[in-house]
Formats: sequence, C-alpha cells, structure tokens
Amino acid sequence: MAGQSNHEPSLFSAEELEFIAEDEIVDIVPNIKMGPLNLISGDFGPFTPQIVTQAPLWLAIALKKRGKCSICPPQWMSDEKLTQVLEAERQSQEISDQLPFHYVEISRLLFDHAPDNIHEIYKVRSLIEDIRNVRFHKVQTDLEAFNGRTIAVKIKNLSAMEVNIVRPFIGRALQAFLKHDSPELIPDPERVSDRTPHVVNNAPRVTGLTKVCKKCLSMESLYSTSVDEPYTVHTHSNFPKTLNR
Amino acid sequence: MASSSGMEEERDSMEDYEALISTTDVELLKRAWRNEKAAPEILRFEFQLVSRLREQIELMEDTIHDKSTSSTDPLFLSLFQMDFDRTLFLLRSYLRIRIQKIEKYMFHIRKTDELWNRLSKEEKEFTEVCIEDLKQHLEESVLSKLPATYQSILRQSVTSEKDDMVPEPELDTFVLCRSKEYLTGIQLEDGPVDDRSKLFEMEPGVLHFICYKSIKALVESGKIDLL
Repeated sequence: MAGQSNHEPSLFSAEELEFIAEDEIVDIVPNIKMGPLNLISGDFGPFTPQIVTQAPLWLAIALKKRGKCSICPPQWMSDEKLTQVLEAERQSQEISDQLPFHYVEISRLLFDHAPDNIHEIYKVRSLIEDIRNVRFHKVQTDLEAFNGRTIAVKIKNLSAMEVNIVRPFIGRALQAFLKHDSPELIPDPERVSDRTPHVVNNAPRVTGLTKVCKKCLSMESLYSTSVDEPYTVHTHSNFPKTLNR
Repeated sequence: MASSSGMEEERDSMEDYEALISTTDVELLKRAWRNEKAAPEILRFEFQLVSRLREQIELMEDTIHDKSTSSTDPLFLSLFQMDFDRTLFLLRSYLRIRIQKIEKYMFHIRKTDELWNRLSKEEKEFTEVCIEDLKQHLEESVLSKLPATYQSILRQSVTSEKDDMVPEPELDTFVLCRSKEYLTGIQLEDGPVDDRSKLFEMEPGVLHFICYKSIKALVESGKIDLL
C-alpha cells in the first residue's frame, strides 16, 4: 500500500532537536541599541549596550554572528560546575540532574557560534565530551537489565540527544518483548524447534535476546541499520497467522 | 454525535484559556508537533491553534513586507524574517506529518469515525481524493487483471472475513513521554498476563518509555506530552 517506506516519522533528526534547543533562553550582552522585537514566538528586548538581557538561543546566535552581542554561557557550562558533574556521574549509577534537557545541543551551538565567549573552551569541550561518554555507558548498562517483564521504562534526567539515540532500539526491543510475551504467542515447541531452538522456553530466550542487545548497542551500530537485526531474528514472518496475532 | 462535538468545543475553550495564561502559540504548536510526530496514529487537528497561527503568520508577512519597502534597519528585518521562517517551518512540518499519516492509513481513517473527525476540512478532502486515486490506480494496474474473487481493494479475497488489506497504525508502539503532573493508576493493559492488574504511576517531568495504547487517553487529554 501507499507510504510503506522505511520512513519513521516518530524520530527527530539531529537538526530538529537543534531547532527545539534554539528556543532555550540565554543571557546576552548587546553592543547595539535596538527597540523591542515583537515576534510571533514572543517579545524580546529592548536591547541596550552593556545591559544584560534575555533572548532565545537562535536570536542570540543571529546577533552574535553579526557581531552585535556577546553570549553569556549558562551557569552549568562553567569548567568548575562541569568538573563536579563529571565527578558525580562517575561515582553513581544515577544520571545527574544538573544538566538541562538540551545540554548537548546548547553546548554544541555555543562552541560553534560563540567560542570566544566561553572561558577555557578546550577544557569545557572535553569535559562535556567525557560526561556524554560516561552517561552513555550507564545507559548501555541499564539496557542490559531489560527482559520480558519490562513493560515500561523510566529514565531519569536523560537528555534529548541521548534519548534520541537509544529511542529506536528501546522502542523496538520493548515491542518485541511484548509481542513474544503475548498469550496468543505461547510457543508450540514442536513447531518452533526446527527454526529457532532457543525460543522453546522462557529463560534461554531472554538471554538470547540480551546477547543480541549488547551486540547492537555498540556505538557504531546505533547509527546504522543493524538495529533491525534483533527484530528480524525474532519476527517469525512465515509462521501461521494465529501466531502472528 | 452532538455530545461529542459539545465536548470538543469545551476542550477548545479550555485550550484557549490555557494558551492565554501560560505560553505562546508557537510553544503550543511545538507541543502539538512533537506529539503528532511521536504518536503512531493521527491526533486531533488543532483547529483553533492553527487558525490563530495562520493569522499571526499573515500579519507578520505584511509587517515584513511593509518594513522591507521602508528604510528599516536590515538587521531588524532579518530577525523578523528568521522568526517568521521558524514559525512557518513548524507549521508546515506539523501539517506534513499529518499528511504522511493520512497517506499511510487513508482507508483506516476513512472508515473509523473517531479518526475521521480528527481531520480538518482540507485533510478530509485530501483523503477522499487520495483514496479515489489509489483505488483507480490499483484497479487499472493490478486488480482488474486478477480473478474476480480477488478484486477487492480492501480484502485479500472474497473469503476474507474482514478488511485485511487495510494498513492500521500499530498502537502497541512504545513511545517516549513525559507527564506534566503526578499521574497514578495508569493501566498497562497490554502487559504480561500476571501484571495486568498492576497500576502504574508517573511522576511529573520524568521520561518514560511506555506502550502508546496505555497512555492514549492521557495524550488526547493533554496530560502527557510525547517527545
């Protein structure tokens, strides 16, 4: 039928996430005088030289590009604060609540457009990189705890970009669990055994899938199509209709 | 039918009130856009919101036009233009996602009253035309050449008991959501058998991956945002 492409409208592209993050408010110090802006997305200004005022990130970057303001990086983007966060991230399995939902996008935009306004930029950049890695590793370990009983997953403080990376995998893994746990799908050992021997009873089936999870959770495959792999392994498309519900 | 449209009006006026006191229309559209993008099925068309934004966009278009002919500061003008472009992008993207869903599930939407009533007038017209065209195309290219028992566009063959060639949205999809308030007693009906009675709680601001089916009503009432 029409529209049966692989397009997934539910996924946000990195650009779309950046678009959303560009509405976050930052402090700017203008060096021009300009009246208030009454925009569709809100009223900003007036802008007076050397007076700190608030503006959405996209507006701040537009002014910055033309040399009309400097951007004050948000509090959490200082090198002391980030060092603390990194320390906290390393010490606990919990994900720290000290960073905003769009920290990856905001920091990236500021690195690209306002590098001269960030104090000790190299340090800040590498700290953010480290924090991302530590956090991502935690998410990966958390995912290993999934099993057939997982019906909902609660994720505290995960940021937009991190969520977007794991979304396709988690969504499909949970859906596969749900599908294979449904009562209509109680495996008939005789029919199943010749195709996928380890689907016969519950325990090995779970470990089987976990192994696949680990495999496709490696960084590179997260971005490639091999995320599909565990899914196709466990979707028995040639089964009679009653099994496929 | 009468009661449901009455409820809709009530919900619309509630929405208006919320919009007035809390956020800008752009913020509301962004929320609608995210929900629409993340939900597997088509959601209610934001009639009021879209018409309000259309007005604002037209107004802004005129303002930009007037300013570009007069001697306004080009920086000032370009900022207005950027804001205008951003809003327009959001609106177009919102409408486009809906069209994609309609193209995918047109037969299902057409025959399900609940979904059909969620479309705007223009979307309804589009769906009708789409169905007509697809029908005609399939009939000319394939169906007319098949044996008589296999010529239905909705069924595999005359022996099918129901419309089994109509794609439907997968409501079992897991979505990512965030609640605005403390919610309790969410029933995860699709959980494994022995968990069926277990009720689920949701704290505000915490992200959850959850089966769309079990929070469907909460998304529709605006208590939960998808993202």
